[in-house]
Amino acid sequence: MAEVLVLIEHADGTVRKAALESLTVARGLGEPSAVVCGAPGEAAALRDRLAEYGAAKIYVAESEDMVSYLVAPKTELLAQLIAEKSPAAVVVPSTNEGKEIAGRLAVRTGSGLLTDVTEVDADGTATQVVFAGAVIVKSKVCTGTPIYTLRPNSVSPEPAPAAGEEETVEFTVSDAAKATKILDRVVETTTSRPELTEAGIVVSGGRGVGSAENFAIIEGLADALGGAVGASRAATDSGFYPHQFQVGQTGKTVSPQLYLAAGISGAIQHRAGMQTSKTIVVINKDGEAPIFDLADFGVVGDLNKVVPALTDEVTKRKG
Amino acid sequence: MNIVVLVKQVPDSGSERTLSGSDNTVERASADNVINEMDEYAIEEALKLTEADGGEVTILTMGPEQAGETIRKSLSMGAHKAVHVTDAALHGSCAVQTSAVLAKALGTLEWDLVLCGAESTDGQVAVMPAMLSERLGVPHLTGARKLTVDGGTLTVERQTDGGYWVLEAQAPAIVSVWDTINEPRYPSFKGIMAAKSKPVTTLGLSDLGLESTDVGLDNATSQVVEFANRPPKEAGQVVTDEGDGAAKLAEFLVGQKFI
Ligand SMILES: Cc1cc2nc3c(=O)[nH]c(=O)nc-3n(C[C@H](O)[C@H](O)[C@H](O)COP(=O)(O)OP(=O)(O)OC[C@H]3O[C@@H](n4cnc5c(N)ncnc54)[C@H](O)[C@@H]3O)c2cc1C
Ligand SMILES: Nc1ncnc2c1ncn2[C@@H]1O[C@H](COP(=O)(O)O)[C@@H](O)[C@H]1O
Repeated sequence: MAEVLVLIEHADGTVRKAALESLTVARGLGEPSAVVCGAPGEAAALRDRLAEYGAAKIYVAESEDMVSYLVAPKTELLAQLIAEKSPAAVVVPSTNEGKEIAGRLAVRTGSGLLTDVTEVDADGTATQVVFAGAVIVKSKVCTGTPIYTLRPNSVSPEPAPAAGEEETVEFTVSDAAKATKILDRVVETTTSRPELTEAGIVVSGGRGVGSAENFAIIEGLADALGGAVGASRAATDSGFYPHQFQVGQTGKTVSPQLYLAAGISGAIQHRAGMQTSKTIVVINKDGEAPIFDLADFGVVGDLNKVVPALTDEVTKRKG
Repeated sequence: MNIVVLVKQVPDSGSERTLSGSDNTVERASADNVINEMDEYAIEEALKLTEADGGEVTILTMGPEQAGETIRKSLSMGAHKAVHVTDAALHGSCAVQTSAVLAKALGTLEWDLVLCGAESTDGQVAVMPAMLSERLGVPHLTGARKLTVDGGTLTVERQTDGGYWVLEAQAPAIVSVWDTINEPRYPSFKGIMAAKSKPVTTLGLSDLGLESTDVGLDNATSQVVEFANRPPKEAGQVVTDEGDGAAKLAEFLVGQKFI
């Protein structure tokens, strides 16, 4: 069976959920080979998990250069592997970094690129949801090695134990790929909650929450449900909640099992980031708010009453 | 420093958008077309830099004839001149081909810095700056929420999930920006009047040394095979809170196994 290269996202010694999803999708196209880039010593901890989720091979390229320079070294590595292994396809996560790697790789190898795909058929036809979720598109690659970036949370990762045979790749980063230095990685907000784009449940607050302090009730509900917190742009622009939690066209695209929107009107730009959520629940005091068009269940009411009461109900029922 | 800003015209995300029934490309002819919002932030950043240190701002757009409106708007904000790449053969070009065209067009201009939006609202591919970096062999500092220029050294705060990365490279380079970087100005009346007489150069494929077989739908590296408008969601259940809204909602969540 043809090989499919899967670029593995990992952090702090664990394989990111997005990478497990990529392996699951890759299995539909051929035999997945995981590609692990990182600083020396990082790959070993990932092996078992990658094997459990279907990686027949694991190509390991470890060097400080991989983490010291932006995107270009990983692009070079994948280009080298494409030349050596002639894979049937390449799957990369749809993160900002993933898309940049995929874009450079497409140019370098003269290949077609499909970004933010939610599904890939066995014949390579990919599904994309565009225009704020209004249109579903099926596309195919016409030239080179098909490169896909997979939108997080589009498929559920499924274990499929495989050999997970490690192979160290002989690879040196060229000087040209060292043009953009990463001098520092600064973490401004740490949260013990699930990562927004990976979370199964997202509780979002909008302008209707009213203040930064009052976002505590949104956080309280999210914690009771074990979910992540999101926000509308009106809420982030007003300083109620940090920008990186913004959901929408110019923020994160989320597709959780459950999306709960409180005090959000449902502007098209917000819908762009959450419309494909499986179940949508709305709390808004204005029964005419457009967000109700998307609701599987809606409550017309004051979020200051409904949200804390719901948190109590959840806590009570969870016992 | 001389700066080129890449500006794309896109269908307004606030109005109805679809693909064309005849060839599955983005419907641009009948759409309300606007400047890609993120590109206004790139223009603003370019204007601030040249106002402080001198140099000219050139707008570069690839798109059909009506993209001229977007160019005028960019010039009315204060950019000095513009290049409009337009050619019937470009219709349906994929991102890989577009990057080839923009790279050639950048080759006809003198610049120290290329600024662009981090992503466009129609394709939302967010790949153009990385692709151009690959083609031109210059560094990209992408996803900036802050840009500092010190002589030839560029420093960027790249927005990430939980904070930012500090990136550094030497000019000439490509920088893409998010909407957190600045607050774009509105064109002044004077700016709108001045824009009418600013130079706009129109280039076709042959001016760039490209063939029609290098671009366009028939030669694209990827193609849309089919599309369907997503059916509107079935109406859900809506209750009015009379003190029992939370309990009813909790019942629903239990029924859906979220609790
Ligand atoms: C190019 C562009 C890109 C954009 N990108 C994004 C994006 O990525 N994400 C995004 O979210 N927006 C984005 N926007 C902004 C978007 O158009 C809306 O302005 C924004 O989503 C509105 O946020 P909101 O729903 O919180 O606020 P509002 O529209 O002001 O709605 C607040 C809602 O809260 C309700 N409410 C008030 N008080 C209470 C209460 N006590 N209890 C219950 N309900 C209450 C009100 O009835 C109202 O429906 C973008 C806009 C543009 C032009
Ligand atoms: N046809 C085009 N003409 C000019 N600039 C473009 C074009 N396509 C993309 N860009 C630029 O590249 C950025 C990212 O676009 P994209 O990769 O399409 O999401 C945009 O914000 C523009 O600055």
